[in-house]
Amino acid sequence: MRGSVQLWWIGDQEESERMLEHVRSHLVRAFRTEVGILRDPRRPADSWDPRRRQHSSKKILSFLLEAGPPPPARVLGVTDRDLFIPILTFVFGEAQLGGRAAVVSTARLDDGVPVSPRVLWERVATECVHEVGHTYGLLHCSTERCAMGRSPSVRDVDAKRGLLCRDCLARLGG
Amino acid sequence: MDDERTRILVVDDEEIVRESLGGWLEKDGFLVESVAEGKVAVERLEAGRWSVLLTDLKMPGMDGLQLLEEARKRQPELVVVLMTAYATIDTAVSAMKLGAYDYLVKPFDPEELSLMMQKIVSRQALVRENAALRKALKREYGFHDLVSKSPAMQQVFELARAAARSNSTILVLGESGSGKEVMARAIHAESPRAQGPFVAVSCAALTESLLESELFGHEKGSFTGASSRKIGKFEAANGGTLFLDEIGDISPKLQLDLLRVLEDRRFHRVGGTEPIAVDVRIVAATNRDLRRAVAEGRFREDLLYRLNVIVLQLPPLRERKEDIPLLVEHFLDVLGMEMQRRVEGVASDAMATLMAHGWPGNVRELRNVLERGMVVAQSGAIQARDLGLPPVEAGGGSAAGGAPGGVPPTLEEMEKRHIAEVLAHTGGNVSQAARLLGIDRVTLYNKIRKYQLRRAEDDGQQRSG
Repeated sequence: MRGSVQLWWIGDQEESERMLEHVRSHLVRAFRTEVGILRDPRRPADSWDPRRRQHSSKKILSFLLEAGPPPPARVLGVTDRDLFIPILTFVFGEAQLGGRAAVVSTARLDDGVPVSPRVLWERVATECVHEVGHTYGLLHCSTERCAMGRSPSVRDVDAKRGLLCRDCLARLGG
Repeated sequence: MDDERTRILVVDDEEIVRESLGGWLEKDGFLVESVAEGKVAVERLEAGRWSVLLTDLKMPGMDGLQLLEEARKRQPELVVVLMTAYATIDTAVSAMKLGAYDYLVKPFDPEELSLMMQKIVSRQALVRENAALRKALKREYGFHDLVSKSPAMQQVFELARAAARSNSTILVLGESGSGKEVMARAIHAESPRAQGPFVAVSCAALTESLLESELFGHEKGSFTGASSRKIGKFEAANGGTLFLDEIGDISPKLQLDLLRVLEDRRFHRVGGTEPIAVDVRIVAATNRDLRRAVAEGRFREDLLYRLNVIVLQLPPLRERKEDIPLLVEHFLDVLGMEMQRRVEGVASDAMATLMAHGWPGNVRELRNVLERGMVVAQSGAIQARDLGLPPVEAGGGSAAGGAPGGVPPTLEEMEKRHIAEVLAHTGGNVSQAARLLGIDRVTLYNKIRKYQLRRAEDDGQQRSG
C-alpha cells in the first residue's frame, strides 16, 4: 500500500462531486492506494499573475503543501483556474517530481469546444493520474496510451487512458 | 555505469526560467543541468559532452549568440536552441547563420517544445546510427584515411598493410590526385615507426641544388648563402618515414646520391665530410612511367630496382567509380569537421553528376568539388548545380563522356574536353581550373599546350587584336 492521496477542489466555481468521484476511482485503480476527498473552502490567494493573466502553478503547489495534509500524504489540487509555468504558455497540470503536491486544471481540457461532462471528466482523470504519477517519481512514458505519456495538447490527452502501463506499474513497485 | 539519457544544458539568467524549464525537461526523461551565465556554460561544455544547449539570447556578460559561437567551437555536433522573449527576423537569421538548430519565443507553446525535443532526440538517434554505420563501413573498407570497396584497391590495402610492418622501401604509383601521399601516411601510421616523424618532400618542386640541400642538409659556408648548418629531410626523418614524391622528376646526379643512401643508409651533408647514418624508411611515389624513363635513359635502372621492392599501384578514380558514394560520405565527414559546416549529403542529381564525371584529377578533384559544393550549397543537401561540374546528359553520361550510342571517346579526348570545359567555367583562370581539376598549374599548362587549348583571355586578346 502506497501513501494516501488527498484530492482537493481548489477552483473558483462550485465543485462537481461526480467529477471528483470519477478522478478518485481512477487514482485508486492506478495507484492502488487510499484516496480521500478533502473538503476545505480555502483557496490559493497569491497565484494570480496579472501580466500573464493566468495562475502560477508553482504558487498553487506551495499553497497545497502548506495548507494540505501533513506528510507522508500526497495532495492533488483540481482547479478551474488557467495555469502556467514561466517558460510555457499554459500547462494542464504540474507536479513535484518525487514530491507530495500536484495540481490539474480543467480550464483548457475542453480545448475551447463544448464537450460532454463525461469526456471532460475522463480527460481530467487521465491528467490527474499523470501528475500524481510524477509525485511517485514516474517520468514521461512512450508506451502507447499510458497515462504517463506526454500530453502537450488535448489531442494527446485523448490518445491516452487514465491507467498506467505495465512498465510504469513495475517502476512504481520498485 | 554511463547514463545514456540525452544531456541538456539550460542557460538563463532568470532562476524561475531555469527551474521551470529544467523541471519540465526532467519529467521528459532528460538529464538537465541549469546554469545562470554563458561563462559557466562554456566551462560545463569543456567539462563533458552535451546533446542539447538551450540558451537564453539576452543575458548579462556573454549573450546567447556569443555562447552559441563558443559552443560550436567546442562541440560542433551540439544542438543549440536559442530562447528569446522577443523574436526578430534579425535574431533568427543571426542564430541560424551561426549554426543554431532553432529558436523559441518565450513563453513556448507546450506542444511546440515537446515536438522540438522529440525531433532533436530522433535526429540524434539517426546521427548516432549513421556514425556507427560509417565506422563499420570504414572498418570494412578503409585503410586509415583511404576508403574503397573496389577489389583492386582492397588488394592494394592488403599489400600495404603487410608492407607497412616491414622496413622495405615502397614505391607508390598512380595518377596525380590518386592519393599517393595519403597512402604513404597510412603506411607510416600502420608501421612500427608510427611514433617517429613522417617527412614529405616534393622532388619536382625544387631545383637540383636546392633539392640536394633540402634532402641532405648543408654545412655552414658550403655555398653562397649557406650562413648556418641546415639539417636535411633525411636527418629529420630519422626513426620515421621519408616520403619522396615525384621521384621520377629528380636529376641524374640526385638519382645517384639517392641510390647511395638507399644502399649504405649513410650520406654527407652538402659541404660536409663526416658520413651521417640514418634509420629511415623510404616511401617514394610518382605519376610517371619509370620503366619507360629507364628505357629512355632518363632514370637509373639500379635506382628503380632499389625503389620498387614493393610496388603499390593506385587505380585512378574513373576505374573504381563504385567508390564514389563511399568517398563522398567520407569527404563530407572530413570537410564537415574542417569547415565546421554540415550538409545533409548530396542530392540524387548531384550524385548522378559525380558518377558521370571523368575525374582526371582523381580523388583530390572529388574532394575539391565537394568542398566547393559544401561552400556553395544553399539548402540542406548539395545539389548538382553546386558542384560546378558539367551537367549529366540525357543519355546518362556527362558532357565529357561522349555521344551516347556512338564510338566512345578516347581518354585523351575526354581529358581535352573536360579541361576545356573547366577552363570555360573558370573564365580562363588557370589557377582556379587547376584547383578544380586537382592538378598543379604546371601540369595544367602542359596539358593546355598539348591539347592546343586556348584560354578565354587568349580568345579575348585575339578578338580585340
